Amino acid sequence: MKIHEYQAKALLREFGVPVPAGDVATTPAEARAVAARLGGTVVVKAQVHAGGRGKAGGIKLADDPDGAQRAAQQILGMKLKTPQTPPDGILVRSVLVEAASAVERELYLSMTLDRARATHVVMASEAGGMDIEEVAARTPERIVREWAHPALGIQDFQARRLAYGLGLAGEQFKQAVGLIRRLFALYLARDCSLAEINPLVVTKDGRVLALDAKLNFDDNALMRHPEIAALRDVNEEDPLDVEASRYGLNYIKLDGNVGCMVNGAGLAMATMDIVKLAGGEPANFLDVGGGASPEQIENAFRILSSDPSVKAVFINVFGGILRCDRLAAGVIAAVQTLGLRLPVVVRMEGTNVELGKQMLAESGLALTNADDMGDGAKKAVALARG
Amino acid sequence: MSILVDRTTRVVVQGITGREGAFHAARCKEYGTLVVGGVTPGKGGTTHEGFPVWNTVAEAVASEGATCALIFVPPPAAADAIMESATAEIPLIICITEGIPVTDMVRAKHFLAGRTSRLIGPNCPGVITPDQAKIGIMPGHIHKAGPVGVVSRSGTLTYEVVGQLTGRGIGQSTCVGIGGDPVTGTSFVDVLRLFNDDPETGAIMMIGEIGGTAEEEAAAFVKARVKKPVVAFICGQTAPPGRRMGHAGAIIAGGKGTAAEKMKALEDAGATLVRSPADMGATMAKVIGR
Repeated sequence: MKIHEYQAKALLREFGVPVPAGDVATTPAEARAVAARLGGTVVVKAQVHAGGRGKAGGIKLADDPDGAQRAAQQILGMKLKTPQTPPDGILVRSVLVEAASAVERELYLSMTLDRARATHVVMASEAGGMDIEEVAARTPERIVREWAHPALGIQDFQARRLAYGLGLAGEQFKQAVGLIRRLFALYLARDCSLAEINPLVVTKDGRVLALDAKLNFDDNALMRHPEIAALRDVNEEDPLDVEASRYGLNYIKLDGNVGCMVNGAGLAMATMDIVKLAGGEPANFLDVGGGASPEQIENAFRILSSDPSVKAVFINVFGGILRCDRLAAGVIAAVQTLGLRLPVVVRMEGTNVELGKQMLAESGLALTNADDMGDGAKKAVALARG
Repeated sequence: MSILVDRTTRVVVQGITGREGAFHAARCKEYGTLVVGGVTPGKGGTTHEGFPVWNTVAEAVASEGATCALIFVPPPAAADAIMESATAEIPLIICITEGIPVTDMVRAKHFLAGRTSRLIGPNCPGVITPDQAKIGIMPGHIHKAGPVGVVSRSGTLTYEVVGQLTGRGIGQSTCVGIGGDPVTGTSFVDVLRLFNDDPETGAIMMIGEIGGTAEEEAAAFVKARVKKPVVAFICGQTAPPGRRMGHAGAIIAGGKGTAAEKMKALEDAGATLVRSPADMGATMAKVIGR
């Protein structure tokens, strides 16, 4: 799960990681009040779950409260388009108004899981403010890494090595060591999947600050962090994704026109692949899970067919725990409730397949049967073309 | 022969009084698996649907000589269940549970280091040696005993390939689901090594997916060590970067973990790559001359 920068900075403050003074605003008048309270030059930053905001016009400097109000007026309500947003952009509903910092140096700091080593890794680089993936690809020697002990975490000597790697000395070195330790404590305590400070800055008056902050959280751990789960902003997600998550369905909207309904993540990915190989484009990833009930199948069918770009539906199920008869019952119920507006291709295999096929045949619905997944993909792609 | 499990494997089910645990314990037993009972703390001394229940795994080991733990414990307590079985020196721990927090698995994996237990999963369908033992949630009837070892990160996609193989009369030595999480107990390399050393396994079918570098590590091992034919499929060729495709581990992050990279690595290592998931069985048939 992702959160906004202003929410991330509130967590950083809670854990003692220095951030610029500031507050969130949802109207130009609020932005003005925050700027007046802060005094001096401020930065007005669009709050959306995507990077690349500066280039897209989502970050503006303002010299005084009036300027902050004008900047917020321009940013609030705009559809911000960056390489990380959907093509139409994301509507900006709030801005973070912060005291501007006089920056001496821009650095980089992040923490995430290293899958190959099965533990957490902390990465630091002097090349702050840049795309760190590019730094990693071109000049990997400019990134310092320290791996946390799986049970004991990051030790002081490791935080010192990272701070030396950032080229810091004296007072800034001490501040950075403390900051790294406190950020790691936050990362672990709140089950982050990513904590990224880009840039981490040294100001002209000698302070080390998190100028930007990105925190992502492990979805599987949200059950033990209700205060983090409450930070979810569904406005930042596709409405169909949000609707699907309510029914425990794993749905991701894509750009094509063949709607896919599959049990199991691996088979769902493979189904997207085979639709593409058959010359079509999948409209979504949808995993109804191992033990879906007829009600879940019905909701899944409703959600995926409510996407207006879907021209045909391909149901591909290999029954294991999910029995084919329950799938058939869900599909029949969905079609009876919603009507059969779209061509539907059904491929079923596995547990109780004969019963499932019999139920679909006796339902009298005009479904198209497929012998295997290759056959099903071809038929669905052809039907989507119309 | 086979790898990991056979008709002598004695299974204790952790979380046997839960809905999933009870249902699948019965299905495993029906298949012929030696299910000796289950563990649910606080319910020791009772029986549940015909299975004896103990409070601790250690009691199951002492009383029935359990050699394998099958875990259905819910996510918040699943890592604890793994560590309990490891402490009881259960040789094989198979964790079906989906949705365990990553930090829990980082600690559990560290806990296992230097101990004798092997962990399969979590978030996996389990392990089956056809006609001998089914220890997991896979539909038993689609399997058939034979020469192909199957290893996969996915559940239903494994059933798909098994269905295609059995449909062509090609049986399986053992099928291992290693799980779709970012941190798992057993890797592709571990299973490839076992299949390579197993005289009954003649060829290996490997199903990978996007995310991480486990397939690249497998490719290096195939190149250096594996003497048997390997057929591989990687799912997620069409997945967009930055979106988690169902499995916590299936995500293309930082431009790494794409299907194209993994397919190239495996092809360079001498594996036969399958482009379409509909052709997995047919490709294996061709490779082993059926």
